[in-house]
Amino acid sequence: MRYKPLLIYLFISSIFLTLLGSIWKIMATLQGLKLTEINFNINFLLALLLSCTLIFIGKKINRLIKILVFSSIFTVVYILINENAPIWYNSGVFLISLFFTSRVKNYDLSYLKEDFISEKIIFDFLSLFAIVFFAFVILFPFYLMFVTSFKTQAALLFNPLDLSINFTNNIMEVFKSYFVIFKTYDFGRYIYTSSIVSIGTVIVTLIFAIPAAYAVARLNFFGKTFLSTSILVIYMFPAIVLVIPLYTVFSQLGLRNSIEGLLIVYTATTLPVAIYMLQGYFKSIPKEIEDAGLIDGQNWFGIIVKIIIPLSLPAIASVALYVFMIAWNEFLFSLMFLDNPKSFTLSRAINHLTGDAETPRQYLMAGSVVVTLPILLIFVYFEKYLVSGLTAGSVKG
Amino acid sequence: MTDTLSKIEKRTAYTLLLPAVFLVFAIVLFPIFANIWISFKEVQLKDIRIPEPRVKKIVKSVSEDKTKLKIVYRLRNSSLIEDINNVEFLDKLPKDIEPVNLDSRCTFKSKKIECDFGNWKAKYKENFEIVIRNINNDVIDKNIIKLQKPRLSGDADNILLTTKFTLKNFKQVFNENEFLDLLLTTFYFTFFGTVGAIIFGMFAAQLVNQKFYGRTFMRSILLFPYVGPVVALAYTWTLLLDPNSGTLNALLVNFDIIDKPINLLGQKYLTLNLLGFDIKLRLALTTVIMFEIWRYFPLAFLFILARLQAVPKDLYEAAEVDGAGPLRKFINITLPQITAILSILFMIRFIWNFNKFEDIFLLTGGASGTRTLPINVYQQGFAVSNIGMGSAVSIVIVMLLIIFMIIYFKLIGKRANEI
Repeated sequence: MRYKPLLIYLFISSIFLTLLGSIWKIMATLQGLKLTEINFNINFLLALLLSCTLIFIGKKINRLIKILVFSSIFTVVYILINENAPIWYNSGVFLISLFFTSRVKNYDLSYLKEDFISEKIIFDFLSLFAIVFFAFVILFPFYLMFVTSFKTQAALLFNPLDLSINFTNNIMEVFKSYFVIFKTYDFGRYIYTSSIVSIGTVIVTLIFAIPAAYAVARLNFFGKTFLSTSILVIYMFPAIVLVIPLYTVFSQLGLRNSIEGLLIVYTATTLPVAIYMLQGYFKSIPKEIEDAGLIDGQNWFGIIVKIIIPLSLPAIASVALYVFMIAWNEFLFSLMFLDNPKSFTLSRAINHLTGDAETPRQYLMAGSVVVTLPILLIFVYFEKYLVSGLTAGSVKG
Repeated sequence: MTDTLSKIEKRTAYTLLLPAVFLVFAIVLFPIFANIWISFKEVQLKDIRIPEPRVKKIVKSVSEDKTKLKIVYRLRNSSLIEDINNVEFLDKLPKDIEPVNLDSRCTFKSKKIECDFGNWKAKYKENFEIVIRNINNDVIDKNIIKLQKPRLSGDADNILLTTKFTLKNFKQVFNENEFLDLLLTTFYFTFFGTVGAIIFGMFAAQLVNQKFYGRTFMRSILLFPYVGPVVALAYTWTLLLDPNSGTLNALLVNFDIIDKPINLLGQKYLTLNLLGFDIKLRLALTTVIMFEIWRYFPLAFLFILARLQAVPKDLYEAAEVDGAGPLRKFINITLPQITAILSILFMIRFIWNFNKFEDIFLLTGGASGTRTLPINVYQQGFAVSNIGMGSAVSIVIVMLLIIFMIIYFKLIGKRANEI
């Protein structure tokens, strides 16, 4: 009998089960359920008891029976010592205990005799806990943003914990915030402006970057090494040090409040990384293919259009998506350059909404959903391309 | 032959590069140098509008006489501070119409009224009147007169182009007794934000590098905070942390963890009692750092994961044969394999966090002890409206940045391209 692994197992598994229970309780509270006791200590003792029983029973009875019986017992006791709650909450408790017992079904006293078992147990539960932790911490703000857009200010002030959406309402009532931001706050126009600016930036950047990247990758010229190092150095200069001179010059040239002005700035600030990414890919294309093109009498334009671009579509897609993301999410320049609501981008429009303290928060969150959803959908759909773009471009951000 | 070929190659290269280089030069490099120029000038936000003479034309009837009209030109200098020199005026009249009482500053020649108004002081205003009449005593159509727009021109100094320089801005930047505090806040924010993001990124990468159900899903959502627009995320966090009706405070109060809501973004200090010592925690700054970590650990995760997946599997297998446990494997195999990438990440993220503006601006606006150098650029330039000061702070940032970059290239240099 080795006590150290046993104690570690008991402690860490009970902590894990109690934490899962607590997170479930928090989530339930956020659906408007009146629960005010976490009962961490008592629930920990209960979980400890369960872990203890499970490990001593080990493989003596059929696993399936073990899982079902003990999760049921645990759930019943849990319900008895905790506050009253509706059936859906208790079913959740049952599912959690089911998950837990099936997770530890292989643990028994002989298993605890293996080498490094304490470390393995810790790593096992730590990664399980990490999955729950990361998923919760990352998704919760997005969830809050989404849910708040369907609530009303009064309901939120009355009970900030009730995030449940009342679908029994008229559908117009549920989606009211979205109707309001499109009708009263003119968000349709901002979506249009943002799309034009982002897509325009992608196109202009590619038109400028592809020839330049080709020159850096393939041709020999004076100052080539200097240029390729300065690309990265330039990229590292942040927008905040450019903003004052650009603001003054743009004011005097009348380029503020114009889409063209934003396009120029976005293109210039993303060009270095676009060139950097593309030239790396162009270098990996075998030079023999181009030589064949040269013999066929193609000039550089023909080579770029007919050989280089078709062969490097994946890299171009990465660059395009990355540049699109940067332009869509950009805030500092749109804050500085746009002060006429007619030329706002989405980000600037949402910022403008907060300028008025009276703006109900559900409108703000509806606007946030409108600006977040497209970029997340694009990300999920084109994840492969965007991730390679992010990796290359993430010297900045 | 080869000589001409290489010449053609060179010419092609320059043609291909020119548009991109020109654009980057104009929008990125030029402002960095323009900052130096502006930082030595006393420029306010309101000065950057070039002063121009303005005119508004109003046409009035003169009593009953339809053959006469009075034109009032409201003239003014648009600038409140700058003079305009040699203001010249030009307006046209239709056929058969002539001015009656022309001002001595003006001449009427071939249907044109030309005036020389001389120099206008700042804020200058004048109502300049002309009565016109029809030679043939016909009725004058008001609208035709109205449609003709007068033109004004004048010379004014563009304050940005004068050669008056001053050291006042820099003196003010360094003499402000908050400068040290500013640097310290920036450093705290940068350092803890970077280290935190790398630590969390390392955990996440270690996690996703294992096999488990839902791994691809996990990998996707881990990047959400970085991919989402900063505006939306920052405002969501503000709502989440709001002391009055924010979810977090409501939860903590509900479960009796705290007595009353804490203003996580608006309170400068929180006094903690640890083992009998009172520790003053920079609360708002800590919250902002948390947001920073939350938003940027995905980048560290991405880099570290890519490196982890490249570690040869047989290293772990060999270690297992030698009887190493998970902890030993992590310390003796994984860590040495990722130290290079960790140091590169630290340098790059340090530089970038140092320049972070949007996140802090949207969360606190620089209040409650979260004012960093980039926030100061904005506040000096646009809240205090002192463009010169803003530029001077920008120059301080650029200087520090160049120092960081020299360190970066000395320490890491070419290795950055190998990852």
